[in-house]
This record gives sequence, C-alpha cells and structure tokens, in this order.
Amino acid sequence: MHDKTWVPVANSTDLAPHHVFQGRLMGQELAIWRADDGHVNVWENRCLHRGVRLSIGINTGSELVCQYHGWRYANRNAGCTYIPAHPADAPARTICSKTWPVIETGGLIWTHFEDRDPPLPELPEGGAALRPLPLAAAPEMVRESLAGLAPEGFGPLDETLQARGPAGSLHLMVQPADAGRAVIRGIVQSDEPELALLRRLNLFLRSARDQILAQAALTPAPEPIPHRPERVSEELAEMPEMVSGPARLRVQVAKKELVAKDIVALELEPLRGALPASQPGAHIDVALPNGLLRQYSLVNAPGETGRYVIGVKREPESTGGSAAIHDSLAEGDLLAISEPRNNFTLRRDVEETILVAGGIGVTPLLSMAAALKDDGLPFRLHYFAGSEEQIAFGERLAALGDRLVNYIGLDPEKTALALKGILKSPAPHAQVYVCGPAPMLDVTRATAAEAGWPDAAVHFEYFANTREIDTSSSFRIELARSAVTLEVPAGRSILSVLQEAGVAPPSSCCQGACGTCMARVIEGEPDHQDVYLSEAEKAAGDKILTCVSRAKSDRLILDL
Amino acid sequence: MNTMTQPDPFMLNQWYPIASLQEILPGQPRATKLFGQRISYERNVAGALQVSDGSRALPVLEQYGCLWTSLGEPDELFDVPEYAEPDRRNVNAGSVGVQVSAQRGIENFLDMGHFPYVHTGILGALPHTEVKEYNVEMIRDGREIIATECLFYQPMASTVSTSGADVEYIYRVPHPTCSVLYKSSPMDEKRLDAIALFGQPTGEETFRGHMVLSILDDVNTDDFISYFQLHIFGQDKPILENQMPKRLPLDPRAETPIRADKTSIMYRRWLTGHGVTYGTIPAAA
Repeated sequence: MHDKTWVPVANSTDLAPHHVFQGRLMGQELAIWRADDGHVNVWENRCLHRGVRLSIGINTGSELVCQYHGWRYANRNAGCTYIPAHPADAPARTICSKTWPVIETGGLIWTHFEDRDPPLPELPEGGAALRPLPLAAAPEMVRESLAGLAPEGFGPLDETLQARGPAGSLHLMVQPADAGRAVIRGIVQSDEPELALLRRLNLFLRSARDQILAQAALTPAPEPIPHRPERVSEELAEMPEMVSGPARLRVQVAKKELVAKDIVALELEPLRGALPASQPGAHIDVALPNGLLRQYSLVNAPGETGRYVIGVKREPESTGGSAAIHDSLAEGDLLAISEPRNNFTLRRDVEETILVAGGIGVTPLLSMAAALKDDGLPFRLHYFAGSEEQIAFGERLAALGDRLVNYIGLDPEKTALALKGILKSPAPHAQVYVCGPAPMLDVTRATAAEAGWPDAAVHFEYFANTREIDTSSSFRIELARSAVTLEVPAGRSILSVLQEAGVAPPSSCCQGACGTCMARVIEGEPDHQDVYLSEAEKAAGDKILTCVSRAKSDRLILDL
Repeated sequence: MNTMTQPDPFMLNQWYPIASLQEILPGQPRATKLFGQRISYERNVAGALQVSDGSRALPVLEQYGCLWTSLGEPDELFDVPEYAEPDRRNVNAGSVGVQVSAQRGIENFLDMGHFPYVHTGILGALPHTEVKEYNVEMIRDGREIIATECLFYQPMASTVSTSGADVEYIYRVPHPTCSVLYKSSPMDEKRLDAIALFGQPTGEETFRGHMVLSILDDVNTDDFISYFQLHIFGQDKPILENQMPKRLPLDPRAETPIRADKTSIMYRRWLTGHGVTYGTIPAAA
C-alpha cells in the first residue's frame, strides 16, 4: 500500500521531554519517545507482559515504565531491565519490546517497516515541519487527491507531492495510519515569515481535507488493518532459566581512559545495531587478544545503553587479563564480548539499600547506585579505597552526592571496625550488596552475620576466588536427565568432564566466583569450594558450581 | 465489532449476572446486553422477576444480590457459602461497564503484581513489589481454580494497624467470568472477607463488572464500602481499557507470563480446555 520509503510518524515537537507519543502506522500502534540522551525510540505500543499500551507509561528519560506492573524497558535496545514482581531475578535477556528504525530530520520523526533501510528521504535544507493533519480517509486516496492541488505561491503538487514556486519549496507526505486513516505531514522551505506561512499552509490543507472527506464519504470505509502481534519466543512463554552463550558480540573500544591509579575505563560500542539490555549488577565476559576470557561488571547507569562501560584494574599478580587490557588494547580495537549476565541482581522492593565496595569492586555498585538514585530509593554507597588516587569513576561518584561515604587507606583492623558500624543494625526491608577483594568480602559477610543480618539480605560478588582449590578427590557423577554416568578423576573439574561429554552448562569464570555453571544436585554431598553460594545455600547442598566444587560422597546425581 | 459473534457452548451455558437486585424497582422494565443480545428484565407488581431476549422468556435466578440469567442451559450456580453467614454484611457495591473482554477483567482481578502500581497506597505501596511464591490448583473435578497462600504487602494492613504487613489472599475462579477473593478480615483475624467480581459479558470486548462483598464490618456504612470498592475498580478500569488486544489471548506465546502469573496461566489453560472462544483469541490449532 505504499512504496518502500521512510514514513513520518510524528513531529519532533510532539516528543516533549519525558512524554510518550502515541502514533500509528499501517494499523500498528506506536509508542514514540525521546530519552534524555536525545535518542528517539519507535516501539510497538504494547507491554509484552499483559498488552497494556506503553504510551500510557512513564518515560523516565532513560527507560519506559509500564503503568500496570512497573516493567522497565531500556532506551534504544528496548530490553526489559526489571520485573518488580520478581525483584531478585534478572529478567530473561530476550524480553525485548519490538522496535523500528528511526531517523529524525526536517523536524519530523521517520520510521519504516521494511526489512532493509530504504533510501533516506530527500528533503529541503532547513525546512520547517507543518502541523500534522489527520483525516479518516484511505491514504492512497489522500495522496491522489493532493497531487495537482496548488497551494498559493508554490504551484501544483506533483505526483510525489512536491511543489516549487516563488514562495519556496513544499514537500507533503501522507502517513498511512490505517486502511482508512491518514495523516498529512509536510516540510516547507521558504524565506517568508514562518508563522504566517505555516498558518496559510494549514488553512490550505484544511480545505483540502474537507474536499477529501466529502469524497471519502461516497465510498464505504475500508476495514481496519488487522493487527497480529508477533508471538514471543517459545521459552519466554515458559519463563525459563537464564542462559548465555560464549563471547559472540563484536564491539569496538570507543574510549579508553585512566580513571584512577592503575584503573582504566573502557567504553565499548556495538559495531552495528544496539547492545543487548543489561541490569545493575550484570557483567560481561571479555575475550582478550591473548586468548583469555575475563569477567567485568558493567558500570552503566539506567538508560546508558549506547555503550557498555567497564573498569579494569591492573593486577600485579594477574594471569595476563588486566595487563593485556592496560598495555596492548587501544581505542578503535575490536573485542568479542558475551551478552550481559546477571548473578548479582539488585532488588528494588526494599526500603533501604547498603552498598559496600572495596577497590575496583565499586563497578557493579556504581550501576546499582545510579539505578536506586533514579528510582528515588534510599541507599548509601560505602567505598573503601587504598588511597585517594585509587578512587575510580569520580564523576559518577560525585553524582551520588551525600549518599557516598569514602573510607581511604584503612588497615584491615580499621576496615573491620568501619564495617561493624555500617552493618550494626539490621533492618527489615533492607538489603546489603558487597563487592570487593575476597578478604574484605569474608569480613563483611561475617560482620553482617554477627550483627544478625539474615543470609538472604546480604548479596555479594567476588571478582575472583582466591582460595586454594583442592582437586585431589575422585568420584562419580550421574546425570539424571541425560542418563549418563561419568568419572571425575583427581586433578580434573566436573565442568571439564561435562564439557568433554557435551552436556556442560554454560560457564564463565571457571574459578567458582560468577555462578554461571551452577547445576542442581539431586543426591550426594557436594564439596563446595566456590565463593558464589551463600553459607545457607552451601548447607542446603542442592546446588553446586561445577567448575571448582567436587563431591564428598562417592557419587553425585546432577539434574543435567 | 459489527457482527454479533455467537458464544461457544461453555460460555453460553452459564448463569450471568445482569443487574443488582436493589436497582430493580417493581413495574420499571429495564434492558441490558448479554453476548451482544438485547435482554429486558422487569419485576412485575406481584414481585416476580421476568427476563426476556425479546422472543422467549429466559431463566431467572436471584442470588448474591444479583439477578442472573442465561441464554443457554446452565447448571447450578457456584456456591459462596460465606454469603449465607448471618453475621456478615452483604453489599452490592456497584456495577461498572468496561471496554475490554470479561476475561481480561477476571485476569486483572486475580493479579496481585499491579497493587503497588495501580492501587498505590491502598492495596500496595512501592517499593514493596514482590509477588511471593503461592499455590494454584484445580479443584471440584476441574470445575474451579483456587490459588492459596498468596501473600502481598499492604501499606495499611488493617484499620487498626499503622504499619504495613503481608496480607494473605485466596482466589477462586468457579466460572469463566466470575471470581471470588478472600482476605483476612480486619475485624476478626480468624475469618475471611469475601469480595466477588461477577462479569457480565455484554459483548466480546465489553463487560459489566458487578461487585459483591460479604464482609465482617460493623463500623462502615454500605455507601462507604461501595465507594471504596468503586474507587479501586476505577483505578483498574483505565488500565484494562488500554490493553491490546481487548480479547484475552490464549496462545501461551501471545504475552510473556512470569511466575507471579501462575493463576492466570492456569485460567487461560482452563478456558482453552473448555474450548472458550467468546471474548478470547484462541491459540491457533
């Protein structure tokens, strides 16, 4: 019903700050909104959860929040970042609102439903957008009726609805809203005073509309275009566990910057398209030029979806990961990364949140702090750093104002004392998130437990497992679902045996810190050597991290 | 909808509420719609209720403060035993028309996750958004769905409390467009207040919701109880009327359920199992 072309669906002025504009194209309702970073989003006007129009939702400037259940969708990639009914879960990564391409030019917002981008519309330089004129008539008829009309000073409109005359040039477009609904839009370029000219053209279009409507009344109104929304993927209909593939996203290092002593920040840009959505606490795997795979937490604030930002500290005892980034990686280099994965999810159904960061462990907590600040939820970030010059991401920290408390250069004893103060009174509806070096995490967890914090209220992420892994045991594993029995000899991990048999769960850090390779234990006694599971989870004995943990019993039955 | 769609047998052969009894005055005939069909009803001067679709007399049932009728051959209406307890206040809180299918209305009635967003400060409050695990099962040989141990944080748990607490709910779905919820009574912690939504499908994409309460309350007036219930429903109505599509999609892949939606998942399966097409978009075979 229309040529392959970009179609205007809104005026730029329709997109007021923090507003959601409801548009329509070929029977499809659109939610059109501008984020604070200027990006314009053209989405299907429907929350994927229960079909409520997103145009009645809230544009926070970085995310669109559904009015019904508070689901949040990120600027640009439209990925769902938070499902409030399940505050401890990361939303399945593939929950993503339908989006269409968008360009903004000539004071108009344009989109299209084609598989490939059509050529850009040729528009006069520096034109002004006309006031849109909706009318209940078939778009083809509107187009045919407009061709040949001659607005004063512009001469007759040709078949492409363009006219040029002494007054300047005029381009009209017919937005096919539905089979029987159209919107006339246009751009005019002229030296005449703008307001008077726009008024004159509006009068011209209104009289044209009256003629077209009189003609449309002679024919029966066409049936609206039926809207068949796309089905969600099969696994979403079943609400599955989150899984992740290996590093397969290609990104470019857009910026590399020293943000503290021995700490560089990398900003990673997609080569094409948008980056998948992430949530506070999420990390990515980065495949380094030297072949290593390393995990880094995203620092990103809500709506900061154009680039992933990570912080990397040079570790003197590094196995090469951080050194490779610090020494050999340059701006413009390409990297392979995984999609974000989140084993350190932030609950937002709490009345108070305490964030405790040690050194470079501040990175996921920065992302959490920004999200909590956006939500207007009370929190405090306690940041322990070795020295002033080791404080990273100063600008982001400054934005937190008095919700940031710095602790500089404390020895272990004073650190323990400070932690005691921070955690002295456990409150109901409060949560603690801690990330930092292993000794500090151990102390924090012990302090919290002593003060009476329930295990479930203390969330932690080790960025490395520094414990000695004992691989001396040998045992048998039975895989209940695959009906396979395998031997795990001394010196090898469960994960590597599973990988060899082709039944391995996804894995990432391979040192018992990230939780990706977790499997359910049906029978047998695990020998936990990870730093991911909480003490309560370890005691329950129904989960195991297959990369480092082993069995105390002769055999383990796993749900694989 | 220009054309009138015929209801499927399961929907057809049910009792439906068409009016609150207190609004029917002797000798004053009234009309309403059921499945797009015009229905007239009247209490004659002798006190007998008569319902007609214009060509024939329809069955009549006076129950739960409502007038019920059917265009098919209905079985017995489901039981709400609390309604008969002598010390309860039975209140017909009102009837509200909504531009969405009755099944969408029922699904919303079964949903706790929207409390802090839609009924802010009343049935829920931010940031307390979690829907905790609960049980849902089929009872009475598959004739009824029941969800139990449903806990949700409520800012003013009762008229006597000043702080928030988890309130327990039980939900029953004994009918494709009717549901009854139970929550602990502020007056007597050991007993439950019953609040019912009886849906009258006036069309495929419209319904009237009749709200009936059977509660323990010797403080508030009937008017106050009605206003409160209408206030709540008034918050739901604009959300419901912005749902697309207006009919309830039964294809599991049409929308994205989460664990909190266990009851509605079962409700949709139950409708599918009974071959319900009216007011729904059945899954493609």
